[in-house]
Amino acid sequence: MNIENEVRVSVCNEMDVVIARQRGREIAAQLGFSRTNTVIIATAISEIARNQVEYAQNGEMRMGVVRNGPRCGIVIIATDQGPGIPDVEKAMRDGFSTSKGLGLGLGGAKRLMDEFTVESKVGRGTKVTMKKWL
Amino acid sequence: MPVPIMKQGEYLIASIQSALTDVDLLTFQSSLSEMVGRHHTRGVIIDVTILDVIDSFAARTLRAIAYTLKLRGADTVIVGIQPEVAFSMVQLGLSLEGVKTALDLDDGLELLNKRGNDEHRE
Amino acid sequence: MMPKPSRTQPSEREDVLLNELVAHFREKRGALRKQWVNQMVAKRLLQGLTPTEVETESETIYDTCIDCLATGKYDSAEKYASKMAERGVLRGMTTEQIIGGLLVLRDVYGRSLFDKYQKDQARLSKALDIYEPVANKILSIVAMAFILEREKVVRNQQQAILELSTPVLQVREGLLILPIIGVVDSVRAKQLTEQLLRSIRERRAKVLVMDITGVPAVDTKVANHLVQTVEAVRLLGASTVITGLSPEVAQTLVTIGVDLSKVKTLGDLQSGIDEADRIMGYRVLYQKEPAAR
Repeated sequence: MNIENEVRVSVCNEMDVVIARQRGREIAAQLGFSRTNTVIIATAISEIARNQVEYAQNGEMRMGVVRNGPRCGIVIIATDQGPGIPDVEKAMRDGFSTSKGLGLGLGGAKRLMDEFTVESKVGRGTKVTMKKWL
Repeated sequence: MPVPIMKQGEYLIASIQSALTDVDLLTFQSSLSEMVGRHHTRGVIIDVTILDVIDSFAARTLRAIAYTLKLRGADTVIVGIQPEVAFSMVQLGLSLEGVKTALDLDDGLELLNKRGNDEHRE
Repeated sequence: MMPKPSRTQPSEREDVLLNELVAHFREKRGALRKQWVNQMVAKRLLQGLTPTEVETESETIYDTCIDCLATGKYDSAEKYASKMAERGVLRGMTTEQIIGGLLVLRDVYGRSLFDKYQKDQARLSKALDIYEPVANKILSIVAMAFILEREKVVRNQQQAILELSTPVLQVREGLLILPIIGVVDSVRAKQLTEQLLRSIRERRAKVLVMDITGVPAVDTKVANHLVQTVEAVRLLGASTVITGLSPEVAQTLVTIGVDLSKVKTLGDLQSGIDEADRIMGYRVLYQKEPAAR
């Protein structure tokens, strides 16, 4: 995947969550996303970034513009070297059903974005790739 | 950065100025709690107009604050949630259940007054 | 028939031939481009374009095509196609003009190859093997850009129609009515909710009466959209009354597990408005005739 105007944010503490949101916002605004979708993108970034701060080490987010032919959108790739997620399916479902504060926020972020994939290996880390198209 | 908390009549009004860190929030929570205790406040308004994102963490925290203040005898009203933020919140599945909401400061005060009156009638 | 040459590992001879083709097209640029333009004029494909536009666009397109042939990369073609779409150039043109114009160019390029290699059938065949996939790919890139642009226009129009079809009505201060008519899918539900939330903020509404009499099928999905909307409205400090939900449908939804407890549901719009007034603190000034016993 070719990411244009790529921006990298290291996510280690909660200040980084705010920075990651800001960067995502800037990219979304440049692309011309509506106000609502810009908030949605920033919120998804916030959920994932916070996960990284809470559960993982050496979190990093790469974000930028992605194209599919003439279409364009925003892509965010969040990687970390955390404990990994043993059962991704379950994590997504729990995230879906409980908004009570438990759950990893994955299901929620998935609902907000157009494309959402999670690769994770226990003991190695996790990689979340999410996209939203204009 | 501490959140400014003003006393307005028998209520407290707190305006969130920017995204708060965990530490800021803890400080905020205890300041509010302490002031509610000291002034025997019956109602608190938290203005989140500035917040451009309310994620699950923020929602959880607001609910926790409302709960804590309730234990101290005060109602909490959250005001100023932006339309786009409200939309994003429900898409995400956040409910802010158990927390009163109003459009803005004026409506928030009206709501607190009304609840105060309702309680007097009971 | 020779197998198509692999672009990832071109043999030395193919490389040489490729360079030859590129050089040929670049050398003959003036003549071939003119030929192309003349043929398009003859086919009446350039209606609505100024001479300057014709010159500039045809040069850019010609050069972009040769560029793709030379590098094997189509980024420049894709970028150009989206730029054309953005500028609305594609918007004003007909399918015939766009595709037709490119087909003519493809023929012009092709014919020039026939001329060049007429004495060497084998070489001609190899040249076409290199050239044709490139031409076809460029054609499909432009066609896609054109189609996507059209789809975007249609989407915007649909959006506008959707917004018109679900007006948010202000009956009196603080009270908004939203009569929903027609099928509610996810897209429409989102659009409705966004529009609604903005109206609530702008008009400082305290109560929303949402009438769904006109919604033909209320299944779990629709019900969940409604519940989400109600929750979003609440976050802005307003409450919702839903009218037009028949007791049967309400029962079914509750059985499925949809939580309607936070929502007041009533039979008809008038009751909904009365309830809204009650919520806002107005006294109801008239009574409906009691049903005959």
